[in-house]
Amino acid sequence: MVSSTRHPQQDSPAGRPGRFGPYGGRYVPEALIAALDELDREYQSAAVDPAFQSELDGLLKSYSGRPTPVTEVARFSAEAASGARVLLKREDLNHTGSHKINNVLGQALLTRRIGKKRVIAETGAGQHGVATATAAALMGLECVIYMGEEDTRRQALNVARMELLGATVVPVSTGSKTLKDAINEALRDWVTNVDTTNYVFGTVAGPHPFPTLVRDLQRIIGVEARQQVLELTGALPDAVAACVGGGSNAIGIFHAFVEDTDVALYGFEAGGDGVASGRHASTISAGSPGVLHGARSYLLQDEFGQTIESHSISAGLDYPGVGPEHSWLSDIGRAVYEPIDDAEAMEAFRLLCRTEGIIPAIESAHALAGARKLGARLGEGAVILVNLSGRGDKDVDTAARWFGLLDSGGAPGSDSGTGDEK
Amino acid sequence: MSASVAFERARSEERAALVGYLPAGYPSVAGAVDVLKAMVDAGVDVVEVGLPYSDPLMDGPVIQTAVEAALRAGANTTDVLRTVEAVAATGTPTLVMSYWNPIDRYGPERFSRDLAAAGGAGVITPDIIPDDAEEWLPVARSQDLDTVFLVAPSSTDKRIALTTEACRGFVYAASTMGVTGTRDQVGDAAADLVARTRKTTALPVAVGLGVSNADQAAEVANFADGVIVGSAFVRCLLDADSPADGVRAAGELAGQLSSGVRRQA
Ligand SMILES: Cc1ncc(COP(=O)(O)O)c(C=O)c1O
Repeated sequence: MVSSTRHPQQDSPAGRPGRFGPYGGRYVPEALIAALDELDREYQSAAVDPAFQSELDGLLKSYSGRPTPVTEVARFSAEAASGARVLLKREDLNHTGSHKINNVLGQALLTRRIGKKRVIAETGAGQHGVATATAAALMGLECVIYMGEEDTRRQALNVARMELLGATVVPVSTGSKTLKDAINEALRDWVTNVDTTNYVFGTVAGPHPFPTLVRDLQRIIGVEARQQVLELTGALPDAVAACVGGGSNAIGIFHAFVEDTDVALYGFEAGGDGVASGRHASTISAGSPGVLHGARSYLLQDEFGQTIESHSISAGLDYPGVGPEHSWLSDIGRAVYEPIDDAEAMEAFRLLCRTEGIIPAIESAHALAGARKLGARLGEGAVILVNLSGRGDKDVDTAARWFGLLDSGGAPGSDSGTGDEK
Repeated sequence: MSASVAFERARSEERAALVGYLPAGYPSVAGAVDVLKAMVDAGVDVVEVGLPYSDPLMDGPVIQTAVEAALRAGANTTDVLRTVEAVAATGTPTLVMSYWNPIDRYGPERFSRDLAAAGGAGVITPDIIPDDAEEWLPVARSQDLDTVFLVAPSSTDKRIALTTEACRGFVYAASTMGVTGTRDQVGDAAADLVARTRKTTALPVAVGLGVSNADQAAEVANFADGVIVGSAFVRCLLDADSPADGVRAAGELAGQLSSGVRRQA
C-alpha cells in the first residue's frame, strides 16, 4: 500500500526530492530538519519492508474495513447528474468515518517504528483528530490534538469523540482560531518536543516528506477504485472528482489515474459565499503561489504575503493552503480545480441523502456538487467516479441548521451558527 | 554595513555583542522606531527588525501578541523598510528578521534592493534552510546583504557546516529546541552548539532564544560572540502603561543587558 515507486511528476527538473515542479520543499526552521530527515528515512525503509507492509495491510483490512466498496448511485445520477453514471468510492465506510484513517494508521506504525511514544496532530473538522486519537489508542501512544477554538465550537461532537478516545484536545486561540493556526501551534509543539514526539500530519501539505508520505498512504483509494470501476463498467471512468481541502483524499484517488490521460481529474475547492465575495477557500482557483506551513504551493494571501483567512461551511475544507502536488497538477494541466460554493454543496448533500440514503460529509458534498456539473457537461452515460471521502454524522447539526430543521437555525445561508461566522 | 563590523568592535573590546529584536509596527510604526533608538542608545550593537507575519511558527506567545497587534494596525513590508531606514541612520547595523513568504511575495530581488537602499545590513531567515534558499542567496549576495541562517541543537555537524557556509555577517545559534520566549535558564545545549559551530566557520556566532536578563547575557557572553534578546524587549512593551513607559523600560533593559555582555560572569 505504501508504494515506493516514484511518480515522474514528483521530481523537478533539478531532481530534488520533495519537489513537484517548483512546489513543495522544506520552508521550516532548521530545528525541524533532523526530525523530517528521520521520518523520511524511516518511511523509505518501511516502504520496502514486507513486515511493515503486511502489518499495515492487516490493519486496513481488519480494523478499518478495507477495501471500501464502489457504489453506483442510479437515482442520484438520474435526478441530480443529468444521467451521467455516478460511482461513489465509499471512504465514508471506513472506521472513524473518513479516508483520514488510511494515513493515520500508517503514520502511527511509523511512529512506533521510530520509537517515539507521543503523537500530535492538527485538526479542522475533527476527522483527522479523531482518526489520530483512534490510532493512538490502538497503539498505546500519548496523543495531543491542536484544534482552532472556532472549530472546537462548530465540531463539538468530534471534540468529545477525541476525548473519549483518550486524547487531549488543545483549543488554539491565536490568529484566525482555525486550522491554519492549529498547524502553527502543532509545529511549535513539535519543535519543542521533537525528541519524544512525532507529528502525524493530516493532509498532503506541509514540508517534505509529508506531501509524499501522506499521498502514498492515501494512494490505496485510487488503486482500489480503478480496479473496481474496471470490473463494474469494463472501462476506466471519464472523470474522477474529489473535494480538496489540503488535498489528501483527492490525491489519494487521483494518483492511480495520473498516467491514464483519457481520465479527467477534477478537484473541487470550497467556494464559501462565492469566490467573488472574497469569503472562500478556493486556493488554486483563486489564490497565488507562495509559501505556507513549510511548502511552496498556491495559497490565499494578500499583496504583502500575509495569509488571508479562508471561509467555508465545511470545516475540513476551510484552509487557505493546498498540497504542492495539486499546484503542480494544476499548472501542467493534468488536473482541473474549480470552486463549489456553500449553497451548491448543501444542495448536493440534500440530494444524496434523499435519493440514495447516504448522508455525506459536507466536504464530500463539494465533490458531489462538482459531479453534478460534470454530468451536465459530459452528458448521459459518462462515467464519473466520485470520492465520497467521509460520512456526514459529524455534520448533522450544521445541516439541520442550514435547512432550518432546528429552532435556533436561521434561514439557509444566513447566520447558520455553523459556517463561517466570526 | 555588515553586522560583522559590530561583532568585530565588540571582540576588540573583549566582550560579546548585544543583538536586540523588535517587530516593526508595535506599538506603532513610529513607536517601534522610538523604542529601537532607545535600545541603541543604551548599548544594543546590532538591531533586528521583525517583519510582522500572520503565521509566525517560530514565535512564542509574547512575540505573537505584538505581531498580531501590529498586523491589525496595518503594519506592512513598506513600514518595515521605513523602520530599518530610521534605525540604520543611527549607524547601528540593522537587519530584518522575516519569515520567507512576505519576502517571496514582495519579490526577493526588489526586497534586497529596497533593503540595501534603506541602509539595511541583511536578513535573518528563520524558516528557510540553505538547501532551499536558491531564490534568496544570489540576490542577497548581489546587494551585499548579510544572510543569517539558524543552527539548532538538533543540527548535525554536516548541516552546521552547510549552514555556516551560506551565512554572512554572523550565525544565529538557537539555544534550545523551541520557539521564542523568555526562559529561566539558557539551555546547556547552547555552549555545545556554539563550539560545534565555531569548528566550521570564522564568522561570529550569536545565541538567541530565551535570554532575558543581564545574568543570562553574561553567561552566554562567556561562550558566544553575541547575545540575542527579543521576547524580553517585547514583554517590556506589552507590560507598559504608555508608549513612553515602553521606551523607558526597553532602554533600561538594554542598559542592563549591555553591562551583562561586558561582565562575562
Ligand atoms: C470527510 C473529509 N473529506 C475531506 C477533507 C479534506 O481534507 P483533504 O483535502 O486532505 O482530503 C476532510 C478534512 O477534515 C474530511 O474530514
